[in-house]
Amino acid sequence: MSEQASIPLTVDLKAEYEASGVADILNELENELVGLQPVKQRLREIAALLIVERARKSMGLSHEPPTLHMSFTGNPGTGKTTLALRMANILHRLGYIRKGHLVSVTRDDLVGQYIGHTAPKTKEVLKRAMGGVLFIDEAYYLYRPDNERDYGQEAIEILLQVMENNREDLVVILAGYADRMEMFFQSNPGFRSRIAHHIDFPDYGNEELLTISETMLAKQNYHFDAEARAIMASYIDKRRQQPHFANARSIRNALDRARLRQANRLFTASNGPLDADALSTIVAEDIAASRVFSGGIEAKAN
Amino acid sequence: MRITQGCFSFLPDLTDEQISAQLEYCLKNEWAIGIEYTDDPHPRNTYWDMWGLPMFDLKDPKGAMMELDECRKAHSQSYIRINAFDSTRGFETVRMSFIVNRPTKEAHYVMTRTDVRGRTQSYSWQKAV
Repeated sequence: MSEQASIPLTVDLKAEYEASGVADILNELENELVGLQPVKQRLREIAALLIVERARKSMGLSHEPPTLHMSFTGNPGTGKTTLALRMANILHRLGYIRKGHLVSVTRDDLVGQYIGHTAPKTKEVLKRAMGGVLFIDEAYYLYRPDNERDYGQEAIEILLQVMENNREDLVVILAGYADRMEMFFQSNPGFRSRIAHHIDFPDYGNEELLTISETMLAKQNYHFDAEARAIMASYIDKRRQQPHFANARSIRNALDRARLRQANRLFTASNGPLDADALSTIVAEDIAASRVFSGGIEAKAN
Repeated sequence: MRITQGCFSFLPDLTDEQISAQLEYCLKNEWAIGIEYTDDPHPRNTYWDMWGLPMFDLKDPKGAMMELDECRKAHSQSYIRINAFDSTRGFETVRMSFIVNRPTKEAHYVMTRTDVRGRTQSYSWQKAV
């Protein structure tokens, strides 16, 4: 009876929201990750659901922890791995997982080399991931349709079983390129149905990539001058037309090469002391020398 | 005869929830967790069989509980204990050890008193059949 009395009659979601610190998490995400609107939207929904679940629990309504297994699909360089790394922290702060560590694995860590080796290996990884997030990068490699005796199937079965039975103990995140993941899910329908959240990472727009390039540089204590920024924008536009474009990863590589050229330019051209500003400024010619401007990355030049 | 060895052995058997809480305490201290079983719980028998290797990289008790469930399935009529190893001094020291499973019919030991030289007596405990 006394328990009945302590159940509140109303619940203030707004207050719950503020008390839970979810707002901070979402703001942080908004500020630190450029673009990715559908992903942020989904995270907002998940956060809302977790708060409502908590409120329902406090009022004694039936509540079942939601399934949060996810699959991240998208083109190369769209931030799948980056987000997965933060997911563990986010889910922990939302109070969904107990420990908030991330165990990042690929096929090698799950699949054994001989009969009877796979199950213990997979279980070992799962044991380690309990209370946190298990992140399987390039998950489609688990299934090799061309080899029917491949041990990957065994790992998949154990994973499915644990994903079903230990839903409140760990969150499994699969990541991979969209087309290959689609094939993976087609041949393993059990996986598709056990994963509640299929999140597609869209390609970045040109504006977003420019912002990303500036953030990347700022992290390494470099910056563009005004002219370099303009030429970077046209670099992004041109690079997109060319083969093997990998969104933010292409940008990172371009910046690494620009730094190389900047170092070389300073080395050869300078005679006299340099200040910190000169050492950390990327100018137009560092980027303009890229072969993207001279006939594409297929061309031999530079 | 109720075997009393290790921590908590004079208390009623721990529930799974209580075992989890103890494991949580061990993990908080960064101790590794090992599961061992035997059918011979004689106090002088320090060589219990290991159920897999000790778990050095767990973050959450659930991982150990999964192993314990497996071990119970395979050895429900054995004694199973959980050891927690502390590596602070550069080698693994047992810091905590408690029994988590007992057979329905527990082992029974009888004492034998033997006269040796003079009026000296030696005592030994033997498992009663």
